[in-house]
Formats: sequence, C-alpha cells, structure tokens
Amino acid sequence: MNETLKSLRYTALAVVAALFVSAFIIVITDIAALREGDVLTALDTLRLAYWSLFKGSFGSLRAISATITGATPLMLAGLAVSVAFKAGLFNIGATGQMLAGGMTGLWVGFALDVPGPIHVVLALLAGALGGAIFGAIPGVLKARTGAHEVITTIMLNSVAGFLTLWLLKTELFKREGRDDAISTLIDEDAKLPRLFWFMGKRIDLQAHLGFVVALGCVALFWWLLNRTTTGFELRATGLNQEAARYAGMRTRSLMVVAMTLAGAFAGLAGASEVLGLYGFASASLAGDIGFDAIAVALLGRSTPIGTAVSAILFGALQAGGRQMQVNTDVPIDLIIVLRSLIVMFIAAPLLVKAMYRLRGEAQSYGQTFRGWGG
Amino acid sequence: MTHASATSTTYELRGITKRFPGVVANDDVNLVIRTGEVLCLVGENGAGKSTLMNVLYGLYRADEGELRIDGAPTVFHSPADAIAAGIGMVHQHFMLVPNFTVAENVVLGAEPMGRAGTLDIDRARTMVREVSDRYHLNLDPDAVVEELPVGVRQRVEIVKVLLRDARVVVFDEPTAVLTPSEILEFFEIVRTLVRAGRGVVFITHKLKEALTIADRINVLRRGKVVGDADPATATESAIAEMMVGRPVQLTVEKKAAAPGAAVLDVQGLSVVEPDGRTVVDDVSFVVRAGEIVGVAGVQGNGQTELVEALSGLRRAAAGRIVLDGRDVTHDSPRERHAAGMGHVPEDRQRQGLVVDLTITENLVLTRYHDAQFSSGISMHWDDARAVAKDLVARYDIRTPDPEQTASTLSGGNQQKVIVARELSRDIRLALAAQPTRGVDVGSIEYIHARIVEERDAGTAVLIVSTELDEVMALADRVLVMYRGRIVADLDPRAVSHMDVGLYMAGSRPGEAAGAGAGAAR
Repeated sequence: MNETLKSLRYTALAVVAALFVSAFIIVITDIAALREGDVLTALDTLRLAYWSLFKGSFGSLRAISATITGATPLMLAGLAVSVAFKAGLFNIGATGQMLAGGMTGLWVGFALDVPGPIHVVLALLAGALGGAIFGAIPGVLKARTGAHEVITTIMLNSVAGFLTLWLLKTELFKREGRDDAISTLIDEDAKLPRLFWFMGKRIDLQAHLGFVVALGCVALFWWLLNRTTTGFELRATGLNQEAARYAGMRTRSLMVVAMTLAGAFAGLAGASEVLGLYGFASASLAGDIGFDAIAVALLGRSTPIGTAVSAILFGALQAGGRQMQVNTDVPIDLIIVLRSLIVMFIAAPLLVKAMYRLRGEAQSYGQTFRGWGG
Repeated sequence: MTHASATSTTYELRGITKRFPGVVANDDVNLVIRTGEVLCLVGENGAGKSTLMNVLYGLYRADEGELRIDGAPTVFHSPADAIAAGIGMVHQHFMLVPNFTVAENVVLGAEPMGRAGTLDIDRARTMVREVSDRYHLNLDPDAVVEELPVGVRQRVEIVKVLLRDARVVVFDEPTAVLTPSEILEFFEIVRTLVRAGRGVVFITHKLKEALTIADRINVLRRGKVVGDADPATATESAIAEMMVGRPVQLTVEKKAAAPGAAVLDVQGLSVVEPDGRTVVDDVSFVVRAGEIVGVAGVQGNGQTELVEALSGLRRAAAGRIVLDGRDVTHDSPRERHAAGMGHVPEDRQRQGLVVDLTITENLVLTRYHDAQFSSGISMHWDDARAVAKDLVARYDIRTPDPEQTASTLSGGNQQKVIVARELSRDIRLALAAQPTRGVDVGSIEYIHARIVEERDAGTAVLIVSTELDEVMALADRVLVMYRGRIVADLDPRAVSHMDVGLYMAGSRPGEAAGAGAGAAR
C-alpha cells in the first residue's frame, strides 16, 4: 500500500511539473504581450488558459461528456498496453488491434440481423475477438521464434492500416455513393446507447456506454491480476521471467495469453468508437489513440486503476484543450506538449526526484519498461 | 610507480557516517590503513564493508567524517582522486574486456601513446612484463583474457592497479572465485606486495583466510566497527561472535547418515551448449534417501548446468534422470516439482524469487496451482496468506509483514523464503545450489540445520556449492566436478581439504606437487 502511495506521489509530481513547464511555455510564447513588455497580460493569458482547460473538461455536463468521450478509447487501449507491460511485453500495436476490432465490430454491426440489445453485444464481442486474434499474432511470433514484439507490433500496425483501407473500398464495406474510404453505416440497433440519454437528444452529449464497457474491463483486469492464477503468472513472468520459468510457469504461452488479452482490449476500443461514436468506420478510426495509450499506461504504471485515471486525465486534457484554444490564443497543440512533458517526467523519475529533492528509491519505477529486454 | 615503497603512508578514515534511505550503512567508523601491512575487514553481508570501501575509493561521499592522508584532511570527489592519492581497488567482479589481451586490458583508460596519438602497445607490453616480474605474477602480456583462468585474471587486475601507482590495494572478496591452491598463490602475491611496501586491505567473510593473512583485523557489524582482533591470538569463533553479536555454531552438527533406497539416479547425463560445447559430460551418480551428497568444484565447471538439467530448466543432450523410480528426463519443471523435487536455485534474485512480488506470493511461487491455494483459475489468497504466516514464523524469516515485497528482505532472509518454500513441500529430493551464498553467518547456521533435519527425515539431498568448507561440513559424500565431469567420489571424513582442492583443480593428489599451480596458469 505504501508502495502504491509512493508511486502515486511520483505520478502526481510529474503532472505538476509538466503543468509548470507548460505554463512557462504559454507565457513565453505569448509574443503579443511580451513584445509590449506586458508580463501581466501574459500571466493573465496563462490564468485564462488553465481556467479554460479546467472548464472545458469538467466545468459542465457537456465538458464532462467530452472528457468521457475522449477517455473511453484511451482507457481500453491503455489497458491493452498495460496488460502487456504486466507480462513484460511492450505492445505498440494497439493501433492495429483497434482497427482490427473496429472492422469486425463494424461488420457484425451492419451485416447481422438480430434484435436490438443482442446486436450491440455481439458487435462488441466481435470487436474484442477481432482485436484478440490480431493481438495474438505478435504473441505467437514471440513465443515461437523470439521475434521482438516491438518490431512485430509496429509492422502489424501498417498491415492493419492498409488492410482497413482496402477493406473500406470493397463492395462489402463501401458506403453507397461514396468513392472515399468510408464504410457503410451500422444498424440503428447495433449502436451503443448514449450515456446521458436521459438528458434528451442533445447532440453535444456524445459520451456513450463504451465508457461503462471500459470501466468493466478495468475491473476485469484488476480481478485477473489479483485474483487468478493466470494473473499471478503474468505478474511473475513480467517481473522475472527466469524465476517464472523456474517456478514451472509456461512463460511462452503466457506471452500469447497476454497479447491476446491486449488485443481484445484494444479491439473493444476500436469497436466502441465505431459502435458508440461514429456509427461507421474510416481509415483514421484509430487516430493517435494507440500511441497515446502507451503514455496512458506509463502514467498509470500499468495498474488497472492507474490506467483508468490517466485515461480520464488525458481525455480531460483533450476536451479542455479545445476550450482553451477557443478562449485564448493558446493552440491546442500545447496539449500535446503537456502530455509529452508528463510522459517525459514519468520516464525520468530521477529528474522528478532531483527537482523535488525527494529521497528514496526511484528504482522500482523503471519496472514498466522491462519489456525492452526482449 | 617506483617510489611508493620509499616512504610509508597512512590513510585514516575518521568518524565516517554514510546513510542510505532507511539504513545507516556506516556509523561513525574509524579505520586506519597503513602501507606495508595487511588489514582485514570482516563482517557479514550488509555490515557496511563495501560501502566503507566505496567511500574510500571516492564512489560515495560520506555524510559525515573525513579522510586524512598522513594527517592531512583530503576529499575525494571521484575514483580518479582516489587513484591519484594511491588507492587501488580490485573488485569482486573483474572489470576486464574478455577479448582483449592482458596488455591491452592493463592499459585501458591510461593508454601509452606513441607519436601521432597511436597506441604504443609495445610499451604496454614492457610495462606489464616489468610489474609482472617484480611481483612474481607470471603474466604473459599477449595472452587473451577470456582464455585465462580466474586466478590469473585477478592478477591482471592487480597489475592494473599497480601500474596506476597504488600504494594501497583494496581487494573485495578476492578469494570467492579461487580454488584452494589459487588462494595460496594469491596469499603469496599479497605478501610480496606488502614486502614491497604497499598496503593491502582485504575484505572477506572467510575467517580462516583473515587469520592466515592479516596483520590486523577489523570487525564490522551493522555499519560499526565493533572490534579489532589480533590474528596471532584470535580464534575463528571469537571473531564470528563479534561479527554476529552472539555465539555461533561454525561446524554443522549431524549424526552419521543412514542412507536408504536410491531416490535420484542419474545415468550418463550430458548437457551441450547451443555453441556445441559439452558442459556436463557423461555424469552418473546416485543420491539415496537420508544422505547428503555434495558436489564440489570451482565455479564454471558445469555445476550450474548440471543443476539446471536436473531441475528441468535445461534439456539433457544425453542420459537419464530417474526420480523416485520415475523417469523424469523429459519432464517439465512443474512435473518434477510434482514428482517430489524441491529446488533451491543458485541465484536467488534471478531465479529463486520474484523480488518485486510480496513475501507471501514468493512463498507460493512454486505451488500456487495446488488445490490448497487455487481452484480453477481462482486464487485463494487467504489460504496462501495463512500458510505464509506460518512459514514466516517456522523458518524465522525476519519481516514485519509478509505482504511486503521480497526485495525488502536481507539476503539471508530471502534465502530462508526459498528454503521454506521448497523444504516445506512434500518432497523426496532436495536440490540445493549454493544454498548459503551471500548469506549471513546466522542464517547459514540455520539453513544448514534445516538441511540436516530434512536428511534425517529421510529426504535425499544434493548440495552443489563452490564453498568447499560448506560441502565438506554438510555432505556425507563428496563428488568433485571438473570440466563437466565428476572426477572423484570421496568420503569427507577421510580426505583433506587440500586433496579435494587438487581434484577441483583437475589433478590428482599424489601426482606432481606443482599440479595445482600448473592448472592455474
């Protein structure tokens, strides 16, 4: 428990440090004000920027909805990276797994003809399955041939990208009357219901039940890690593969298990975007989510709760960033800077330690990165 | 490097205190090091010996206290300062580039330059030869380091520090990797160094060696110097008591063995490395119920691979392993566990434990799948915790809470976790590799007693250790391994340490007297 608190402290300090450096950037890039030598105005810009950041993420129901909408795929994809980290693997393939899950979910979403709620559930399961199969590939390759998962998952991202592009142009997926890579729409009853349906049909409340699915997956991940033999084996393998082998665990099979699970989580991320947000698929379906998920997992130290919280934080930054851009001249790109800074401070615990003059071991902090050993 | 012997120098550490988060590694330590004598620093693991030497060598800055050289206060900011002030260090793990020659290694970092900034390797060769001759180190400057035995590599390290003008040479556990005859040669070198007016600091936990070579002995316990001992009058048990803080049983007390039926039957076992080297070569032996068989040998003669083959972590290239009447040659580690094999692995941090998991989790690491701890994929952590609590009490594992990670334990207590886990199962064979390596004296005493107890309960025990003393004290039968083969099967009561040492070096007692020295070359 003490250990958890300690790690939370580092994470919080990293976020604070990133906010601080970003503040500095906001002030010195406020050229208009600085040219006049008007530091006070620059500081006021800063105040307004951070205030809008907060307003735009948690300040209203609409803001909260936007935060949740952004957080949903990040949380699921973040779990995909976290579960792999736990087993000592570095899953960079969340993007590809999302696309795979998005496309299988989409297909079940428009091709199957079953009544309402069953249709959504089947489409989600199809998404999980598609992602799982796609995620299992690098797992099997690693277990069988030792091929490093970092390489194979990156390559498979390209495979998934072009495969999706091609599929979207086939007769099966193509939307009638469109020549670009846009899929046909899913059935109305395959849609994930809105989270705030009770507020009426407000179009600005886009948050959908995918968020609940994501929270369910967080709980599932927690249960798996802490209450099952498989979870124990995954953790032992991730922390010390030699010892796991000595203890009689089948570490190779565990790699496949971990990557399959990772794929399933990412597949759900893709499917929930298709079924909950867009209602169709495009080649840019996964966007940068697969990569942002790595930052989410790092920030959350690969724990279930941590991943959930950092996904919400990233969702909030995204939502608040838009507001910030509207209210001030600070571009939304600052959010990317801010997120990058957070990751940098997370990855450099010694730096954070030195900045805050903390004593104590930051060593265990690097644990997340053990996947690199190959 | 020539004038060091002309004058004597005194290095004095005064009131050194060095704190790490949660521990005081050195607590107001005073130490005097003089050229021309051997100072032995003894203490258990974690007593602060290495920290103290790292302070002396400029790797750590002391929180309090000062260093005086001939009375003048000095501060070392880095090892470079320490080297400049005449301090040399030979680490336990050698810092050599394996595929470089002796001369190349020796000059690495201080290469003699020819014209146009090229490496003057001839001068390097001459330098090595000079030092080697002067101190009778017998080194060939052109030999490639990876082809040299450990004892010779150590001499390369010694030349390295001598060439950097060391007036005091610090040796950190120098004998851990040496055979008994290499140890004697090493002592000869130490005496030569001292005669030449250099000082030697010798860090060890082997009391016999301290008594043999030291002019003065300082005992460290929990970061403090708790006493001095005069090697002329002190006894091993008196020093051990100072080290541990209570009287210690240094010998293993056991009754004569009453061997029963064969439990482990190994026939013609061979292990081949991927590169084609045969590391275990046609090994056959039997371990019976109720006896302890010890495998002695210098590190790197196939013991590690033998144990890995027996435990199922490595494939046997040839041969048969029968455990309790069942052929387990092709069984997985888990199947062997189930067949009654308990295994205390050689490297507790790398294999025996997942140090970032809790003590409870580590205590069930090899048995979490038993019906006692899980059904289907559902873990019964409550039951695991109950068993862990019991084991922590029964095996005297010192921890405030078994839910803390194993990394919070000292080496000795970590080892007790493994011993508790492996011996508390229902086993027929206990396979223990280096069961007390890096473990404090108190824990050694305890682990040895447990192993003997296990034997008396009718378990077959196989001990593999590079500590000859340990094998001789524990085993009822001693096998010696050399270059992958078992070269001797001896009765420890009927054979001397020196003779076993000769077998370990690949010769046979009674052959040429210089055999040991020859093997070390």
